[in-house]
Amino acid sequence: MSLLEVDRLSIGLAGEAGTIRLVREVSFAIERGETLGIVGESGSGKSLTALAIMGLLPRGAIASGRVVFDGENLLAAGESRLCALRGDRIAMVFQEPMTSLNPVHRIGDQVAESLRLHRGMARGQAFREAAALLDRVGIPQAASRALAYPHELSGGQRQRAMIAIALACRPALLIADEPTSALDVTVQAQIVRLLRDLADEIGMALLLISHDLGVIGLLADRVQVMYGGRIVEAGATKDVFRHRAHPYTQGLFAAVPTRAARKGRRLVAIPGAVPKPEQLPPGCPFYGRCPKGVERCLSEPPAVAIGERHHAHCFFTDAAP
Amino acid sequence: MIAFCLRRVAMLLITLLAASAVVFFVLEVLPGDPALVMLGTEAQPETLAALRRQLGLDRPAGERYLVWIAGLIVGDLGLSVTYQVPVAQLIVERFAITGPLAAIAIALSTALAIPLGVLAAARHRRLGDVGVMTFTQFGVAVPNFWFALLLVLLFSINLGWLPAGGFPGWSAGLGPAFAALTLPAVALALPQAAILARVARSAVLDTLGEDYVRTARAKGLTQGATLRRHVLRNAMIPVVTIMGLQFSFLLAGAIIIENVFYLPGLGRLVFQAISQRDLIVVKDIVLVLAAMVVLINFVVDLLYAALDPRLRRAVS
Amino acid sequence: MIAAGFAWRRHPPLVIGGVLTLALIAIAALSLVWTPYPVTELAIARRLQSPSAAHWLGTDQFGRDVLSMLMAGSRNSFAVGFVAVGIGLVCGTTLGAFAAARRGWIDDAVMRLADFTFAFPAVISAIMITALAGPGAINAIVAIGIFTIPVFARLARGAALQVWSREFVLAARAAGKGAPRITLEHVLPNIAGLLVVQATIQFALAILAEAGLSYLGLGAQPPQASWGKMLYEAQTFMQRAPLLAIFPGAAIAVAVLAFNLLGDGLRDLVDPRLRRARA
Repeated sequence: MSLLEVDRLSIGLAGEAGTIRLVREVSFAIERGETLGIVGESGSGKSLTALAIMGLLPRGAIASGRVVFDGENLLAAGESRLCALRGDRIAMVFQEPMTSLNPVHRIGDQVAESLRLHRGMARGQAFREAAALLDRVGIPQAASRALAYPHELSGGQRQRAMIAIALACRPALLIADEPTSALDVTVQAQIVRLLRDLADEIGMALLLISHDLGVIGLLADRVQVMYGGRIVEAGATKDVFRHRAHPYTQGLFAAVPTRAARKGRRLVAIPGAVPKPEQLPPGCPFYGRCPKGVERCLSEPPAVAIGERHHAHCFFTDAAP
Repeated sequence: MIAFCLRRVAMLLITLLAASAVVFFVLEVLPGDPALVMLGTEAQPETLAALRRQLGLDRPAGERYLVWIAGLIVGDLGLSVTYQVPVAQLIVERFAITGPLAAIAIALSTALAIPLGVLAAARHRRLGDVGVMTFTQFGVAVPNFWFALLLVLLFSINLGWLPAGGFPGWSAGLGPAFAALTLPAVALALPQAAILARVARSAVLDTLGEDYVRTARAKGLTQGATLRRHVLRNAMIPVVTIMGLQFSFLLAGAIIIENVFYLPGLGRLVFQAISQRDLIVVKDIVLVLAAMVVLINFVVDLLYAALDPRLRRAVS
Repeated sequence: MIAAGFAWRRHPPLVIGGVLTLALIAIAALSLVWTPYPVTELAIARRLQSPSAAHWLGTDQFGRDVLSMLMAGSRNSFAVGFVAVGIGLVCGTTLGAFAAARRGWIDDAVMRLADFTFAFPAVISAIMITALAGPGAINAIVAIGIFTIPVFARLARGAALQVWSREFVLAARAAGKGAPRITLEHVLPNIAGLLVVQATIQFALAILAEAGLSYLGLGAQPPQASWGKMLYEAQTFMQRAPLLAIFPGAAIAVAVLAFNLLGDGLRDLVDPRLRRARA
C-alpha cells in the first residue's frame, strides 16, 4: 500500500456563476520515502492539490474524490482527526518564509509548539528540543537564535526554521510548496540539499511542488507535470526529462533560459497566457496554446504510455529527443 | 527606553505649549468680556474697569499668556473667578468623577467589543457576523445622550433600579457612587464598543488571512487554538491604535453625558465655566484634557511594544 | 428593476441606506411646503398630548405638533450636514491635494496641523467656539466644519500621493504639465470616489455632532426646529411624556444610520480591493 494515494481528486470553487473547477480528476500515489515532484505554472492547481491533502483548502473550495493517507481517506476524516495528523504525520513547508512565521512569538516557541501539541512535551523540554532541531536544520548558534523573533532572521534562516517546525515530529510525509522560490539562488541550493538530507535521514516521503525544473531535477524521484488543473504527464524524473512527451512539457523545458542557452538554442516562450480556470477548454487544457492542437483535443485525450510508468495525456505523444 | 521616554516627554511639552497658545488666543479673539458677563450689562464703567484690573484684563494679551504659563510651570493653575477656589483643586475634585467614569466606560466597551469582533470574524458572513454588524451599525448611529435618556426611562423611571442623575460623592460609599456612574458609563461605552467591535472584526479578518495562520493550522492547531495563540495578539495592534484615538472622543462624550446625568465632573465643569466666562478654568481644563490625550497615546505606544517585538527596537 | 434586484443581493447596505436617505430628503423637501401643523404654532391648551388621529406623534410642552417639528428638524440636519461637510471637503481637499503636490515642508506642516487638530478634543473645541461666539446654528455648523477639515486633508493627501506615483501622472509630467493642472486633470478625478464616500460618513457624524451641540443648548435657537434641541426640552418632561424623548432620538439615529449605510455601500462600490475581498 502506498503512503499516499490521491484518487480522482477534483477541487471546485463555488462562485456566482456556478462552481469553477480548479483541479480536475487528479490521481497519483507516493510511496514511503519517495520524493515526488509536481511541476507547473502558477494557477495549474498544484498548490491547491497540496492544501487539499492537508485539509486546509480556503473557504468556499470543495474537494471531491479520495485522498488516502496510510489507508485512511482524509477527505472523509473529521476536523479533529485532521488536526491530530497535521504537523505530526503530514507536515508542510510554504513558499513565503518572510510571512509564514508569526512575528510576535519567538522562533524556538514556534518550533516547540508542534512538540508540545503532538508529543505532549513540557515547555522547557520542548524548547530545548526545538533548539536542537534548529541546530539540525543548520541555524548557527541555534540555542540563542531560538530566543530570536522572526524579523531578526534572514529569509534563508526563516525557511530553515519553517523546515524545523515541519520536521519536529518526524512526519511520514512532507509537502514542500515552492520551498526555495522566494530565496536567493545561493541559499536555494543549500535548502534543496537540506531537504534531501533530512528526507533521507528520517525516511520520509516528500511531495515537492515547484515551477523550477532545476529543483525538481535535483530532488525528485518521480515528477508529474500539471497544467490547467490536470496532470498532463507523469513518470520517473529522468524519463520525463529525457523523453518529454506532452507538448506542454516540451514548451516548459524550451522556456528555461539556462537550459536553452547551454544547448545553443533559442529561448522559446509558450504563446499566450495561462487561461482562467473558467475559460479552460473541455478535453485537453492546453488546447488553444498548443502548437499541435486540433479539434480532436476538445475531447478527453487518453493516457498514452511512453515508457515504463511514464505516460502523457495527449493524442500526439511523439517524444522529443 | 530612556531616550524614548525623553522624546515622549518633549512631545508632550510641545503639544501642551501649542495647545495652550491655541486655547489662549482663541479665547482672546472671541467676543465676550468676562468682566461684563460677571457684572451684567447694567454695570457702571468704573466698577467694570476695576474688575478688569483685578482680573488682569487691562494688561496686553502676550503678557497675560506668559503670566499664565509661568504659573503653570510652578504648578499654580490660577483662581476660578466664579468659585473663588484654586482651579487645581477644582480639577482634582471633578476628576474624581470623570476619571472613574471614563475608566469604567473603556473597560465596558473593551469587554463587549473584542469578543463581539472576534465572534463576527470567526463567523464571517454567517449569522453571528451579520448580527454583530447590525448591532454596530445601530451602536454608531444612536446618539449617546439619547441612549442615556432611554436608559434613564427604563432603569430609573420605570424600574427604579438606578438613579436618574446626580452624584452622591465618594464619601457616600462605593455602592451609591458606582450606582450613580453605571448608567452614564453604559451610555458612554455603547458607541465606543460599536466602533471598536468593527475594528476588532476587520483586524481579526485581516490576521486570519496571514501566512503564519496557515502555518499554525499546518502544525495541527485547531481553529480555536490558532485564534487564541496566533491571531488575537496580532489583531490587537490595530485595536489598541483605535482605542488610543477614541480616547479624545470619549472625553468629548463625557462632557455631554455628564450634562445628561448632572454629574459634577470635568465635562460639566468646563461646560459651566464656558457659559460663565470663567476663562481661566476653561483654559486649564482644555490643557489637562489635551495632556490626558497625549499621555494615553504614550501608553498606547508602550502597549504596541509589548504586543509586537518588531517595534521594540524603536522603543528601546 | 433587474438592476435593483442585483444591487440588493450584492450590496444590501447600499440599498437600505439609499432608500432611507431618499425618504429623508423627500420628507425634508415636503416640510418646505407642507407640515401637518405650522411648526411654530403654540397651543398651550393641547400640550403634552399622546399620539392621536389629529397629532400622530402627540404634542410637546407648548402644544406644538411633534410630527411637524420632526419634519422641519430634518431640514436643519440636512443643512448642517451639507454646510459642515462642504467646509471640510473643500478646505480639507485643497490642503491635502496641495500638500501632496508640493511635498516637502508644506506637506509636513499641513500634516502636523492635521495631527494636532485630531489629538485636540474636537467637541470641546466646538463647544468652546459655539459657547464663546454665542450659541446658534451657524456657529455650530462652522465649528463642526472646522473639525472635519483634517479628516479630508489626510484622506486627500494619502490618496493623492498614490495617484502621483502612477504612470499616467509621470506621462503627464513628461508632457510638461504643471502640478496645478495635473492635480485638476488627474489627481482630483481619481480621488473623487473616495472623497464622496468619506463625505457621506462625515455627513452622518455632522448630524450627530450638531444634535449633541443643540442638546447642550449651543446649536439651533428657537424658533428653529432641531432634533437635538427637542431632546433637550423633552428631558424635563420625561416622567409625564416619555415618547417626547423617544421620537427625536429615533429620528437622529435613523438619519445617521442612513448615511452610514450609504457610505459603507458606496465604499464597497468604489474600493475595488474591498470588492474583490467580498466576492
